[in-house]
Amino acid sequence: MVPRPVPLVTPGMLALFAVLATVPFWIARVGLYPYLGVEIVIWATYALAYNLTLGRTGLPSFGHGAYFGIGAYAFGLAQLHLWPSLWFCLAAALLAATVAGAAVGLFISHRRGIYYAFMTIAFGQVFWFVAVKSHALTGGEDGLLKIRRLPVELGFATVPLDGNDALYWFALVAFALVAVLLWRLVHSPFGRVLNAIRQNELRAAFVGYHVWAYKLLAFAVSAGLSGLAGALFAMAQTSAFPDVMSLHWSGIVVMMTLVGGGLVSFWGPVVGVVLFFVARDVLGAVTASWMLWFGLMFMAVVMFRPEGVAGAWQAWRARRAAASRAALASAAGD
Amino acid sequence: MAALFEAERLHKRFGDRVVLEDVSLSFPEGGLTGIMGPNGAGKTTCFNVLTGRFAPDRGRVRLAGRDVTGLPPRRMARLGVARSFQTMNLFDQVSARENVMLALPAMRARGFRWWRDATGDPALVAEADAVLDRVGLLARAGIVARDLSYGERRALEIAVALAARPRILFLDEPTSGLGADGMARLAALVARLKGEITMVVIEHDMRFLFALADRIAVIHWGQVIAEGTPDALRADPWVARSALGREP
Repeated sequence: MVPRPVPLVTPGMLALFAVLATVPFWIARVGLYPYLGVEIVIWATYALAYNLTLGRTGLPSFGHGAYFGIGAYAFGLAQLHLWPSLWFCLAAALLAATVAGAAVGLFISHRRGIYYAFMTIAFGQVFWFVAVKSHALTGGEDGLLKIRRLPVELGFATVPLDGNDALYWFALVAFALVAVLLWRLVHSPFGRVLNAIRQNELRAAFVGYHVWAYKLLAFAVSAGLSGLAGALFAMAQTSAFPDVMSLHWSGIVVMMTLVGGGLVSFWGPVVGVVLFFVARDVLGAVTASWMLWFGLMFMAVVMFRPEGVAGAWQAWRARRAAASRAALASAAGD
Repeated sequence: MAALFEAERLHKRFGDRVVLEDVSLSFPEGGLTGIMGPNGAGKTTCFNVLTGRFAPDRGRVRLAGRDVTGLPPRRMARLGVARSFQTMNLFDQVSARENVMLALPAMRARGFRWWRDATGDPALVAEADAVLDRVGLLARAGIVARDLSYGERRALEIAVALAARPRILFLDEPTSGLGADGMARLAALVARLKGEITMVVIEHDMRFLFALADRIAVIHWGQVIAEGTPDALRADPWVARSALGREP
């Protein structure tokens, strides 16, 4: 009856990480290619970070691409102009995106609902516009090129990340770390308060929480981790472009999160990311208008299963549990 | 009895509508003060101003002699002011236990901790369960708030307010929507709490208020039109004329 403490890492999580670690060994055999795995793991990190705002705190942020992009540019600029060390450049990306998120959070955290959404879009557009226009810094629409996949320096050894397999494993480690961090965070007192704010902001204030500060922090952490994913993306692409910062791509991460079921499940965003990229490649091989079909799927989910794939899975499991209980009860009755 | 909480000449208007006009109230320590009046009289606005949701346009609010006028709800909560809501305001998707846990000062104190698990913390669970026991909900602790019965949700509203260990508890129509049975149970709960904690209760049900309150204030058109003990109010011509004090 009394709730059990949530474990630091669940067996399911370890199994997931283990399965993901084998991907480079078989992905080519199922007709796909290693770079797809890199994209999926990076975007899964991004979507998990994003869901801290949307799914966990109930903050409709529709301009999150800005922080993903800021992370990518910060990684590139730090490497090209300051110090080409992987750890330093990753830290720079994390810091730049966190600072940008915190700064925006200062202006929007007293809002909620549609007003919050519009302000996130407005700020997202500002950052996108700056990225497009400040040619000298970001290269504008041509992008920031010649970003290197810096090697992992461990002190006793140096691991190059030039190959897609090596980069995949590195991105997977980052994904695992971010996932464990967010898993702890959502089950911590801080995460429970965010969850309470999502359900009832007014009551949270009346039981004494500084709702504004919690919303600001959640947004800044989410932006920072999105920026970390952006840095990995810059490595993957060996360049950074403004298009991921656009409203269009900010919308796509929302779509992935919702289709997967981020509103009801921690792992929902990851499911959504996998579906998106596999749909892009599998449907994309058949038809150039694959986005139309993905969009229709999104509409179907919103109309019939707003809790997404993870929600459908949970409902199915609940039904099965109820059915087996009923079967047990009737067997006991006989 | 000394006044724990005082409102002095409060004014509040929304646009050109005056909702509170020159409202002065005083709630003695340990007492139960009733507030009654017709719909739209300004009772809930009065609560909102007293508990920090709105700042008054004029006037003072004092808690234990300290000026708390215009402080935001979270500051009021930390100073020991708790309230329940007329339309229910719970954390619907988590258990009754977690609803209470979230309101505990111990939880609030660790609200920015982000690594250790919260819901399995035995100290927090024990404290939350003690509060649930006080309102008779311990057996339902693990049920998601949304799935509780209406009467249980009413009791949980009070439990969430109590969990903050307030010095003064404001209840906004706690019996609203309850049947005769639920009403009796809630009256028993309020009677149990009376004396342990200072309470202010907005209530439509006259029998409820006249049985439990030490003093009653009648608000009409945004003003306090009568104030006194239940017995004194029964005799008040104003109250009699406005048909407010008549017992059903």
